[in-house]
Amino acid sequence: MAAANGKFPLQFTIPSDKSALHEVHKRIMDEVERHHYGEQSSFAIRLALEEGLMNAVKHGNKLDPTKTVHVEAKVTAKQTEIVIEDQGAGFDRKHVPDPCAEENLLKCSGRGLLLMEAYMDKIQYTHGGRRVKMIKKNDAA
Amino acid sequence: MADTIPPLSVTEQKGIRIVEFTNNKILDEANIASIADTLTALIDENENPRLLLDFGTVDHLSSAALGMLININNKVRQKNGQLRLANIKPQIYEVFVITKLNKLFKILPTRAEALTNFTAH
Repeated sequence: MAAANGKFPLQFTIPSDKSALHEVHKRIMDEVERHHYGEQSSFAIRLALEEGLMNAVKHGNKLDPTKTVHVEAKVTAKQTEIVIEDQGAGFDRKHVPDPCAEENLLKCSGRGLLLMEAYMDKIQYTHGGRRVKMIKKNDAA
Repeated sequence: MADTIPPLSVTEQKGIRIVEFTNNKILDEANIASIADTLTALIDENENPRLLLDFGTVDHLSSAALGMLININNKVRQKNGQLRLANIKPQIYEVFVITKLNKLFKILPTRAEALTNFTAH
């Protein structure tokens, strides 16, 4: 499952299956804990990673078993950088409804991107929205 | 091995169902679905359900968990019931603030304050 290169020591290609997310989530969070991240940055990474992986599998690949999700992560004492790429149709961030708007408050979904953007220091969508790169600095560094 | 610990512990006080989360993370979709099933059963068994969710043990939750809570809130409202959230840690409360769901839910600082916030039938 994992192959290493210099830029991103952690690399995973997983099927579009929610159960496959746990191992990736755990491996990355284990690295975050190993580097003694502060409570706030650790909380932020855990949440954004959960949301990003779920978005890729559920909304990107739409649970299509023929599609995969590729995840790369680099965790240092200074910061964590995570890239998640799916094989879906992509999306335009500008066209995603604001979940905080009055008319959307009662809707049960649509808050994942908002939380990722609120908690990470930097978020970048590329490849037509199929690829998201997130960076969070270690607040204990 | 499958996790056999129920995700919720339920007690009752003066006709109010008090629900505590047994896991500190509400992230996993299977876990969230199990919580939703238990809460829905509690709502269905009363004409005007009164539910207090105590978040004292919760350290992490996802947007899927928020979606489940909104769905539960909608079900309680449909039955003219009352839902209160209490004992939420500051880090978790911030998630409610960011999503503006602190305006949707009735959130009280402590379980005792939540218990006295319910109105009689």
